[in-house]
Amino acid sequence: MDSSASVDTHHEPHAHDAAHEHHELGFWRKYIFSTDHKVIGIQYLISGLIFLFFGFCLMMLMRWQLAYPGHELPVIGKWLPHIFGPESMPDGKMTPNFYNSLGAMHGTIMIFLGVVPIAFAAFGNFVVPLQIGAPDMAFPKVNMASYWAFFIGGSIMLISFFVPGGAAKGGWTSYTPLAAFDDTGPGRLVVFNGQTLWLIAFIFLITSSLLGAINFIPTIIQLRAKGLTWMRLPVFVWTEFVTAFLLLLAFPPLEAAIIMQLMDRVAHTSFFLPAGLVLNGAPVSISGGGSPLLWQHLFWFLGHPEVYVLVLPAFGIVAEILANNSRKPLWGYKAHVFAVLTIGFLSFIVWAHHMWLTGMGSGVSAFFQTTTILISVPSVIILSAFFISLWGGSIRFTVPMLFTIAFLPMFGIGGLTGIPLAFNSADLYLHDTYYVIAHFHYLVAPGTIFAIFGGIYYWFPKATGRKMNDFWGRVHFWPTLICMNAIFLPMFLQGMAGMHRRWYDGGQGWNVANDHTIWGLTGFEWNKPISWAAWIMGLAQIPFIINFFWSIKHGKKVNDNPWEATTLEWTAPSPPPHGNFVHTPVAYRGPYEYSLPGRDRDFTMQNEPVEPAERTRRKPPAESVLV
Amino acid sequence: MEIPYTVSTRPDTGLWNAKVGIWLFLASEVMLFGGLFSAYIFLRIDAPPGTWPRGVLNVPVGTFNTSILIISSVMVVLAWASLKMRRYRAYWWYMLGTILCGIVFLVIKLGYEWPLDYVHFGAYIKPEALGKYEQYLGNAYAAEKDLPPRLEITGHLHNQAALKDPNIKEYEVALDPLNAYPTNPEVDRPHFFPLPVTDKIAKIEKEDVERATMFLPTHSTYFASYFTITGLHGAHVLGGVLVFIYLWLPVSKRLYQSNPEHLANRVEVAGLFWHFVDLIWIFVFPLFYLL
Repeated sequence: MDSSASVDTHHEPHAHDAAHEHHELGFWRKYIFSTDHKVIGIQYLISGLIFLFFGFCLMMLMRWQLAYPGHELPVIGKWLPHIFGPESMPDGKMTPNFYNSLGAMHGTIMIFLGVVPIAFAAFGNFVVPLQIGAPDMAFPKVNMASYWAFFIGGSIMLISFFVPGGAAKGGWTSYTPLAAFDDTGPGRLVVFNGQTLWLIAFIFLITSSLLGAINFIPTIIQLRAKGLTWMRLPVFVWTEFVTAFLLLLAFPPLEAAIIMQLMDRVAHTSFFLPAGLVLNGAPVSISGGGSPLLWQHLFWFLGHPEVYVLVLPAFGIVAEILANNSRKPLWGYKAHVFAVLTIGFLSFIVWAHHMWLTGMGSGVSAFFQTTTILISVPSVIILSAFFISLWGGSIRFTVPMLFTIAFLPMFGIGGLTGIPLAFNSADLYLHDTYYVIAHFHYLVAPGTIFAIFGGIYYWFPKATGRKMNDFWGRVHFWPTLICMNAIFLPMFLQGMAGMHRRWYDGGQGWNVANDHTIWGLTGFEWNKPISWAAWIMGLAQIPFIINFFWSIKHGKKVNDNPWEATTLEWTAPSPPPHGNFVHTPVAYRGPYEYSLPGRDRDFTMQNEPVEPAERTRRKPPAESVLV
Repeated sequence: MEIPYTVSTRPDTGLWNAKVGIWLFLASEVMLFGGLFSAYIFLRIDAPPGTWPRGVLNVPVGTFNTSILIISSVMVVLAWASLKMRRYRAYWWYMLGTILCGIVFLVIKLGYEWPLDYVHFGAYIKPEALGKYEQYLGNAYAAEKDLPPRLEITGHLHNQAALKDPNIKEYEVALDPLNAYPTNPEVDRPHFFPLPVTDKIAKIEKEDVERATMFLPTHSTYFASYFTITGLHGAHVLGGVLVFIYLWLPVSKRLYQSNPEHLANRVEVAGLFWHFVDLIWIFVFPLFYLL
């Protein structure tokens, strides 16, 4: 077998032949309505980052109201009513309705328009076909439809800020019966009101993730390169595979619920509305007979797998970066794979732990407490394997690695603080306090979003052929890490002191938030340092934004495999042409063959054939490195 | 650039791409309708006795529609088999048959069955006024025979204006047989062939009525589920018909001439979807018509 062909990572003349049909496409087909998985991945990434920043801006506004309730917002306070309407911030002071809109939309945008599109769709689209050695996704047109469904859904979500009454106010969970009557009544339009548009936008977003899921799974099953067996897949591909299943099976029940809530709002049915409701002092004329609890069950049937939709791709990204930068095989590859599969399965049977307060009964609670504790086992396996992977490695502290290393303890804090919430008795006290906010933000913000940042720095050279600036990457990393902790650590204290997460005045008017001091500040006073940390963290994103766009054109040029990585995406040219590979790759070995003994380089790529000397060893050296 | 295994099968999985895709899509659809059906179960279990309508749909029409869908499912298989045998004319006729079946189903469902419900009227009587309308409800008889309590008077509303006009103080209803002859054992159970509305007219005072609506989604969670699920199912039927029309038009004949196996694969995928839509109906029919 010709080994020189398979390790080749340089541009060759006929690489341009591969891109031949590419030239025939005009600007619109090439960059806007593209069916190329890489372009779609980048579209997802950029739209996702914009939404992520927008969602963060909403939170920065809320942090003003929490820290300085009722005060006029300086500088931009005068301008916001011109954008969001006179009812939002008259005289620069936030109204309760606008505060509720910001809260609901922050959650919705961050999860469904920010993190999922980036972690699952952007990285999945760009990286998965390259890592499995495929020319594109299995259904390129479906892929394009998926992005544009997402785009329409996101646009509707944004438009909902500008309809009479403003965007949805019922929280990102849209619990009924509140959400069934929100934004109705005098002065509100029938369809063009916040909550109804929220529901309609969701139908598009669910369609988008459905189209994504039915594309990812066949791609991974059908288009793996020759020799790339299941146990040779990079962990990132595994996590995307399981995530796709979660999206495929968990989102449709929410879609059913959304259709029913839409019927409740538009056709005045009573799926989620019990009889005898009184609205503004008058009995509501509906048939009744519905159940608010039904909405919660259907919502959390999505809601909990959704947590793992956010987390699993982050695990995958971390695995790739960690193995690459510790120059050591990922410890416990098979344990990783089976842990990810186990999480995927268990995540479907833990949803009711979000509903302890509804009084479902002790039998149901016992079941869901058990499964919830069970699911921490595979999570701990994965995190432990990550830590062990660092042991004895020759760690390179590159920017992606910084974010990855920070991910580990941050995710650990988020995970461990979830355990009290898993138990009915402890959760009854902590439910709906800032403790819960701190817990899940530790998983998603310094957890998943750090993995996303790491992934962007890591795969940027593959997408552009250039590296992002290292120095400004560090300037981005350190303040972000410090501020993240300054924001969320005090929230644990606030929550344990009993501060409720939905107070419009930040706790100013509540004794429980003012009577005791925690480390010198009352619960309410803690809002100020938290808010300042949030605003400083906003500033800390500026180096990233500039670095990102500047490096596309002016970053340092690098070769096709700048990180000296092993997986197949690094055998393609950077940026890969339409159709990806110059030679169709063949995989001969596992994904993380770093520091193989007896080699002159410390990495062995998946497409390097196994040498006869290697064959005689019974155990792959990869697994004996630690011993 | 060409995507591998769009038409031929991958040796180790034995599948072509779209076949994997459609089965996954159907899994997702199972969860979508599963969510709706579980909502139906949840709501029905919770419904107090006497508030869940029974026997209000036309069973013979539903049975006819069921058979239409089953016939269409058989025809789409025959269409696919004809393509596999490379007999395009037979394929064309079977496909036409499938499309027509789908259209007939939709016309009956949306054009005949739904409007039957729009013109039907029901008034739930306030608990304290139930005795006043005992002659139409027969609750004493129902209790004696261990039937669920009867809280609603149904039929055709003669003075439609009463729904909107607050000055009209009563509803004039041409009664359904159940309310016309409440103590007749004939009406204890719903009939396969529905009994027509009687000539017997009852006047129901508005102040005795808790809620009065036509048989629309607002009537009860039963009709809300019925219209939502059959509406969504109808949308699926419509989607299937549109795909079949595309596969039947001359544009697909050109694909047949260049790559007949590809067209056969497309028909197979669309056919799998069609069988699924049929299967959903097999659940809808007993849940709403019979149980």
